[in-house]
Amino acid sequence: MSPDLLKLIFGRLGIDSLPLHEPILVGTFAVVALGGVTLLAGLTYFRLWGYLWREWFTSVDHKRIGVMYMVLGIVMLLRGFADALMMRAQQAMAFGGSEGFLPAHHYDQVFTAHGVIMIFFVAMPLVTGLMNFVVPLQIGARDVSFPFLNNFSFWMTVGGAVLVMLSLFIGEFARTGWLAYPPLSNIGYSPDVGVDYYIWGLQVAGVGTTLSGINLICTIVKLRCPGMTMMRMPVFTWTSLCTNILIVASFPVLTVVLALLSLDRYVGTNFFTNDFGGSPMMYVNLIWIWGHPEVYILVLPAFGIFSEVTSTFSGKRLFGYTSMVYATVVITILSYLVWLHHFFTMGSGASVNSFFGITTMIISIPTGAKMFNWLFTMYRGRIRYELPMLWTIAFMLTFVIGGMTGVLLAVPPADFVLHNSLFLIAHFHNVIIGGVVFGAFAGINYWFPKAFGFRLDPFWGKCSFWFWVTGFYMAFMPLYVLGLMGVTRRLRVFDDPSLQIWFVIAAIGAGLVFLGILSMLMQFAVSFLKREQLKDVTGDPWDARTLEWATSSPPPDYNFAFTPVVHDNDAWWDMKKRGYQRPLTGFKPIHMPSSTGTGIILAGFATAMGFGLIWYMWWLAALSFIAMLAVGIGHTFNYHRDFDIPADDVIRTEDARTKLLAGAK
Amino acid sequence: MSRLKILALLPLAVALSGCNYVVLAPAGDIAAQQRDLVIISTVLMLLIVLPVMALTVLFAWRYRQSNTTARYEPDWDHSTKLELVIWSAPLLIIVCLGALTWMGTHLLDPYRTLGRIHADRAIDQSKAPLEVDVVALDWKWLFIYPDYGIATVNDLAAPVDRPINFRITASSVMNSFYIPALAGQIYAMPGMETKLHAVVNHAGTYKGFSANYSGAGFSGMHFNFQGLDDKGFDGWVAQAKSAGGSLGRAEYLQLEKPSENEPVRRWGTVDSDLYRLILNMCVETGKMCQSEMMAIDAKGGNGHEGLNNTLPLSYDKYARRGTALGPEPSFVVGTCTPDAPQGQTTAAIKAPLDTAPLLGAGLKRPTFTPLRSSSFFLGQRPKSDS
Repeated sequence: MSPDLLKLIFGRLGIDSLPLHEPILVGTFAVVALGGVTLLAGLTYFRLWGYLWREWFTSVDHKRIGVMYMVLGIVMLLRGFADALMMRAQQAMAFGGSEGFLPAHHYDQVFTAHGVIMIFFVAMPLVTGLMNFVVPLQIGARDVSFPFLNNFSFWMTVGGAVLVMLSLFIGEFARTGWLAYPPLSNIGYSPDVGVDYYIWGLQVAGVGTTLSGINLICTIVKLRCPGMTMMRMPVFTWTSLCTNILIVASFPVLTVVLALLSLDRYVGTNFFTNDFGGSPMMYVNLIWIWGHPEVYILVLPAFGIFSEVTSTFSGKRLFGYTSMVYATVVITILSYLVWLHHFFTMGSGASVNSFFGITTMIISIPTGAKMFNWLFTMYRGRIRYELPMLWTIAFMLTFVIGGMTGVLLAVPPADFVLHNSLFLIAHFHNVIIGGVVFGAFAGINYWFPKAFGFRLDPFWGKCSFWFWVTGFYMAFMPLYVLGLMGVTRRLRVFDDPSLQIWFVIAAIGAGLVFLGILSMLMQFAVSFLKREQLKDVTGDPWDARTLEWATSSPPPDYNFAFTPVVHDNDAWWDMKKRGYQRPLTGFKPIHMPSSTGTGIILAGFATAMGFGLIWYMWWLAALSFIAMLAVGIGHTFNYHRDFDIPADDVIRTEDARTKLLAGAK
Repeated sequence: MSRLKILALLPLAVALSGCNYVVLAPAGDIAAQQRDLVIISTVLMLLIVLPVMALTVLFAWRYRQSNTTARYEPDWDHSTKLELVIWSAPLLIIVCLGALTWMGTHLLDPYRTLGRIHADRAIDQSKAPLEVDVVALDWKWLFIYPDYGIATVNDLAAPVDRPINFRITASSVMNSFYIPALAGQIYAMPGMETKLHAVVNHAGTYKGFSANYSGAGFSGMHFNFQGLDDKGFDGWVAQAKSAGGSLGRAEYLQLEKPSENEPVRRWGTVDSDLYRLILNMCVETGKMCQSEMMAIDAKGGNGHEGLNNTLPLSYDKYARRGTALGPEPSFVVGTCTPDAPQGQTTAAIKAPLDTAPLLGAGLKRPTFTPLRSSSFFLGQRPKSDS
């Protein structure tokens, strides 16, 4: 075939795009391919494809989608963490003239991919998954406002993750750092496909995130059960509401800034170029106008989880509910007024720097108030140290350190000496691991029995907990120290041999965290095997307080046979106290949305379009785009969008539960 | 928990003796004041962080389920007094810290000229500050000493107790100029100038580097900064002078090309206009300087007469590869006006003869014979920039 024809069909893609010369990647590919083939073969052998397609992939049930988000987050955690291990190993080795084991070309992709994956495809899915699963149950709803949109949002997130994962074996990922500052990320300095993978991965996933934000806001505003006024919403629902408002207000900024960067890269515009009046600093401003709210998008739901967990396991009403709500709202608003603190060192004037420094510090006031509220929820409580509570205590002790170093970095003159150093790296891992990750794990351990009907094994859970916490401190305290020695981030090789010991300690810490992750996987496996012993028949294994515990574990498709009526903040606690009797008769048919495969198909085409645009296969991009439009329009002619669960089915389900409950007593 | 902390702190205690905490023990007055702010802020925050941590542990222990002697009040969820305390305690700390921040940020603004040399030494007005122009290149640092007419790569020196005025820019991507022992960092960005004022108080050799990732050779982009006594500094200048060689525009364009782990290099003479040209992205002949463009724009942009070929303005955009769908190096062929909305060909503007990247408008490709700034047109140009 002629080169022109090849170029027309494959664009930039050629044999040399495959990383055949990188033994690490070839090895990884072999393992992944082997694992993938085994998985696919297993699914085929056990005839699970139909089941997965009908019950999961096409499901519009918010609980199923929530669980799938969690699975995505945990799978991507393995990839993101593999990158972390490689970085720690490289930095521990590359001393005294040694180049380590990663060349710059590979190492620079590794740290970029680590950041992108951990934020967009680990933290975001974990948080979104928990919100998706819990919020409708907490507000006594039967699903989210737009169930099909929910399914579509999830698959768009998967599409973004698929693109990022593809870059591992086809072509390469960005070598720019996780926010891809131009001019480095512009076509002149990154002419390869890496940044395009970055752009389209985030754009595809970003559509999903924005839509799921709209969906959850609408759900919380419109679908609360009778009696649940705004000030009676559980705190997790409040934080979810604020988080989704942040998502809807900030993700469009990310979409636009990436669109402008792609215009620069694809059609030669000059938004962020050095010449023709472009302004790379404009990119930095825009990306942080999204980027700073993003950290609150992640951490607010975690705060909500800790509020639920603290109050449940202290057996006590949450202290200062009202101030907790106002603190959340204040954080939401202030998170838009602080973005410049990410680049004090780019030469803003002293007054501008002080303004943004001080607004940043002000955020610590509501955050501090929250900390005290959790503290006084424990005060005069009866604290049960189940796994979620352990994570919460670890969070409280860890997060204050991260918060303190954060406020320190908000003092501009201090930032001038600590910016971009390993001190900064330690700080944000301190708040993201100590806050978001610990929160997600508390949430997983807390709500797992609700999702699957059995609790998670405490032994392996505690192993995971202790490995994670010790590993975290060992991995990141040395980085604080290195930061104070003036060591900067993203270095691949080092000259000063006295630094090596700290990197070795950090690498050991990362190894411990790895054991923590393995223990968590072990915990899932063991719990599955021991599911009969760990079974939760009551639907309320923790003697909890909010509505999701009023229904069975796992909840029926329709969540609640009758929509609950709320009289107090802790609705379920209040119902239990007042001797709530579960209704046993009078069931009616329940109106529910139907499953549809449109979401996964649309997301599949969107991913293909991204792939086409990355590799300049214009025909693929155009065809996928047309196909997407066609499927989208076709879906509007789908009139089988809902159905009624017959009253008989409801009676059968509820009777089964009645029997279970009777057996439990 | 506590066991873990000890594990984490153990190596800390061991290493505290041997390591060089340059951020906490710097050699320059600015960095020292920044260090003081780090410490004061930390202590201020510990006032509230330590009690919170202690209370967490205390409550977690005291109100454990097995301790049935502790009070249990499941419905106690509000106390106005406590609320007042938990909102006002952090507020007070932040008020103090905010005031400190406002003052510190203004006093330690890198653009501000120094007010003192050291905590107990005022500025010596008889000594002029040392001017240093810094250019971040892929992946090395170029230092130009305009007062001495010398330039170096990856080698910086300054006399002890003499204020240093840095003017900082870059040639291609963002870097950050950082010598932890001397003063906080500031970004080096192409087409833009940042400033840093600092002074070194103790003689010695300190590390400097880029603190913002800038591509493949980033790890090797470091240099030594020497604080020297006056005599030592004179010797250092003489050494550079005797290195001979001249850094002009042609040499700079060679030097600018990406290279990694560059050894120290010195030039005895340097084109006195070079830094201005780098900053304005017009070292190459045939390029229009940003300052000229801005001067034209300030006067209204010259209307149609200003619609010249755009090639003199392109800098690095097509340096390595063009865009996928976009134009190759472009020029203006016509304009759309109300009279001719579909576009009107401007007969006077012709396509350039050679569209190879980084060339002048329709000019023949220039050869890089060394240019004497005094002999060519540069000498007559008014210094209208900055």
